[in-house]
Amino acid sequence: MTLEDAVTTREETSAPARVGLVLVSHSARIAEGVAELVRELGGEEVPVEAAGGLPDGGLGTSSELIEQAVRAADRGAGVVVLADLGSAVLTVKLLLDGEDDAGDPPVLSATAMLADAPLVEGAVSAAVAAASGADARTVLAAAEEARDYRKL
Amino acid sequence: MDTAFFVDWITRVAASVEANKVRLTELDAAIGDGDHGTNLDRGFASVIRVLDTAAPRTPGTVLSLTGTTLISKVGGAAGPLYGSAFRRAGNALSDAPDVDLAGLSGALDAALAAIRKLGAARDGDKTMVDALAPAVAALSDAAASDTPLLKALDATVAAAESGALATIPMQASKGRASYLGPRSIGHQDPGAASTVLILRALRDTARAAAASGDE
Repeated sequence: MTLEDAVTTREETSAPARVGLVLVSHSARIAEGVAELVRELGGEEVPVEAAGGLPDGGLGTSSELIEQAVRAADRGAGVVVLADLGSAVLTVKLLLDGEDDAGDPPVLSATAMLADAPLVEGAVSAAVAAASGADARTVLAAAEEARDYRKL
Repeated sequence: MDTAFFVDWITRVAASVEANKVRLTELDAAIGDGDHGTNLDRGFASVIRVLDTAAPRTPGTVLSLTGTTLISKVGGAAGPLYGSAFRRAGNALSDAPDVDLAGLSGALDAALAAIRKLGAARDGDKTMVDALAPAVAALSDAAASDTPLLKALDATVAAAESGALATIPMQASKGRASYLGPRSIGHQDPGAASTVLILRALRDTARAAAASGDE
């Protein structure tokens, strides 16, 4: 048994696994910054992974970083993905949908879902829901409610 | 059109994207984030390395490998869009060792469907769809009337070129350019411009194949 397995097993015996969050941005610093913010709200039990920018640190979207992040955030209760703009959204959609006409399975776990929500507000809302032990659909709905948060 | 034809096509696309990298990036800098040329060049350079190593045996595999590599290497919106388009086109060709005009038309139709589905762009949104959709329609018409390959591809390229030029007066409603609202008017969409390059490379491949067949 690896250390990671041991940790997962211990968590499963003490409390049900929390829904994981993956934050996808064109910028590694935006994704990391949002991750830092929501880790504070979600506590240590909510897995939060950042997938920002390209592997070389430049601006852009990396399907490889997103795949790694979703796998790391998946503790068995599902993963909610939040993305910022354009290619971040398109890449997540493609990885989640698979090539259905061709019969290929989606690259990512069937339990991962993209939230139709703004990145920062959606992630905060989702983290609070995930920390409460809500299931993936509820966490997704919480993220999407953030679209309606008014500031004035 | 056999496997070598399709490898030649993709090789010509890579060369054309490299040669037009600055122009594509300038078009994108005007209304987007200025990385379209660099991103596509990085993606197609990776595709060439993958095709060299993998030595695909069917036209469908050439296109599928191209798509998969673009998805993982481009880093911009063109990655998932062109990536899923090439993959879907490759899947449409199945394991046929040789592709006729009708098969090519079906593959490009599948590519267009993939882009429409993922990007949710409609005609007139100032995207690559505005170049690809009329091109696919022209190719489909040519295939239905048994037009010779070179003539069919000339019509395809001409339709893509007019489609790309028609994006200049459009206001963008998809992609980064849509944030500019009316200020996106007056610039050609970079995705439409790169679609033209891809289709011109296809026509040039057919011309080169015909020329070498004549010798």
